[in-house]
Amino acid sequence: MIEVRVHGRGGQGGVTSAEMLAIAAINEGKFAQAFPSFGPERRGAPVVAFARVSDKKIRNRTKVYTPDVVMVLDPSVLSIVDVTEGLKSDGMLVINSAKSIAELRTEFGFKTSLARVDATHIALEELGLPITNTTMLGAAVKAATLVPVEALVGPLEARFGRIAAKNIRALRRAFAETEIEMV
Amino acid sequence: MAKRVGIEVSLAISEAVKLAKVDAVAAYPITPQTHIVEHLSELVAEGELDAAFIPVESEHSAMSVCAGTSAAGARTYTATSSQGLALMNEILFIIPALRLPIVMTIANRALSGPISIWNDHSDIMSVRDTGWIAMFAENGQEAFDLTLQSFKIAEDHRVLLPISVNIDGFTLSHVIEPHEFLDQDEVDKFLPEYKPAVQLNPDDPVSMGTVGVPEIYAEAKKCQDEVLKGSITVIKEVFAEFAEMFGREYKVVETYRSEGAETLLMTMGSVSETAMEAIDKLQEGGRKVGLIRLRLWRPFPADELRAEMAGVKTLAVLDRAVSFGGAGGPVAGEVRSALYSIKDAPYVASFIAGLGGRDITVDDFVMMVDQAEAMAEANEIHEYKMIGVRE
Repeated sequence: MIEVRVHGRGGQGGVTSAEMLAIAAINEGKFAQAFPSFGPERRGAPVVAFARVSDKKIRNRTKVYTPDVVMVLDPSVLSIVDVTEGLKSDGMLVINSAKSIAELRTEFGFKTSLARVDATHIALEELGLPITNTTMLGAAVKAATLVPVEALVGPLEARFGRIAAKNIRALRRAFAETEIEMV
Repeated sequence: MAKRVGIEVSLAISEAVKLAKVDAVAAYPITPQTHIVEHLSELVAEGELDAAFIPVESEHSAMSVCAGTSAAGARTYTATSSQGLALMNEILFIIPALRLPIVMTIANRALSGPISIWNDHSDIMSVRDTGWIAMFAENGQEAFDLTLQSFKIAEDHRVLLPISVNIDGFTLSHVIEPHEFLDQDEVDKFLPEYKPAVQLNPDDPVSMGTVGVPEIYAEAKKCQDEVLKGSITVIKEVFAEFAEMFGREYKVVETYRSEGAETLLMTMGSVSETAMEAIDKLQEGGRKVGLIRLRLWRPFPADELRAEMAGVKTLAVLDRAVSFGGAGGPVAGEVRSALYSIKDAPYVASFIAGLGGRDITVDDFVMMVDQAEAMAEANEIHEYKMIGVRE
């Protein structure tokens, strides 16, 4: 089972990204859960969402305490939230940042495998908005074995309708542009 | 053919209500139940569900409208949570007395105060004695299946009672997970059209909700309790028929790896699945520990519970509500009463945890089992212990 925690700010679609991932996994015949942090969501405040993906039925219904993958949709939460809390030592941190992997390691002391992409830049170009949830999904599925990137196309089309195409472009571009450093 | 769908549990429940072809829905939005009725209103607006969706100004009105539509012979559904259920309270007592087979989802949420939107069982416990059948789902599939089965049970002329299907707020209601949906023709074969025994009809008038003078009130109440207790037979029949048709089996008391267990952990609702992980872990360590889960809270399945007690020395009961000033959690109190008269009754330890959305982890369950066994060994006299509370 792979456990995922998504960090973002209210309004950036962190819950939606967890949901798209779970639906894609279920469509692939896997078992999955996605759920919000069960609070009143507040636009702009740091929020988390969770997902689990497994080949077997998932029974654990607690929050995710020891994630395998952490996605950070908004670089500004890095300085106010410990995004690595509980992250497994062989886990993967996937960050939206304009900074390089080396700079991120120096600034925040990240020890685990790390992936980065400038998702805000991609989202602004492709969507015209700094909403990075669909973009960051492209980075996450490249950095970790969750679902094939193409498995996300159907769920995105179902969710976003007429604005699906540009979200899918952002997803594919992030998948291509994400840099990964394994440790 | 049935299809596998990744969808939020709330929406899966709405789809089950649609497949049940309800005639009327009257509801007021309240977190964490809102998504269910929101989706139903969409289905009605889009013409996918031919029903009257009646928005109201409060839950008291919602249940009052449900009483009216059900009495007029309409298959009726509503959903609520917490304060909304509390506001319905007055009408909740009247529904079973009028023998109205309304189905309601309760997305369980803590009662104020302090204000909490998060999950526990204080709402359903507060309406324990209203005379509704109450059952619990542990996952989205069960919520979907139990919703469909509830209409069939409620509308059986041997029952004609309302049912609440309880799903844990957020921890079930807001989770996306896989569900096996049934097709309309499959559901139609299982769930026939609702045929009321008596209905309000201007061409053939009847009186409902009349005064019960002292000469008749006690008989009415005795009759009501007999019907509620007797509904367990129909519940089992419907569960069996559903299993026969769709392969998913439900029991009024469910067990997990309980064979040969000397200690049983007892749960209700979605934490049962996390508890299974704890049982697996304990059995790997050679412990004779199993799990027992109450599917049915009302009528209380006392006989079925007693039947599972052979060889059990310790029973650790989890409650997710406080009975203020009482001798233990509400479920534990019920269990102690049911088991008191049997020979070699197990020691019953009462634990309260998971209040107002506090997580209950695998380690918490392991700790409850450890504590219960130690308490049983010492025959410790206690009322309840609260798990994970900072004192």
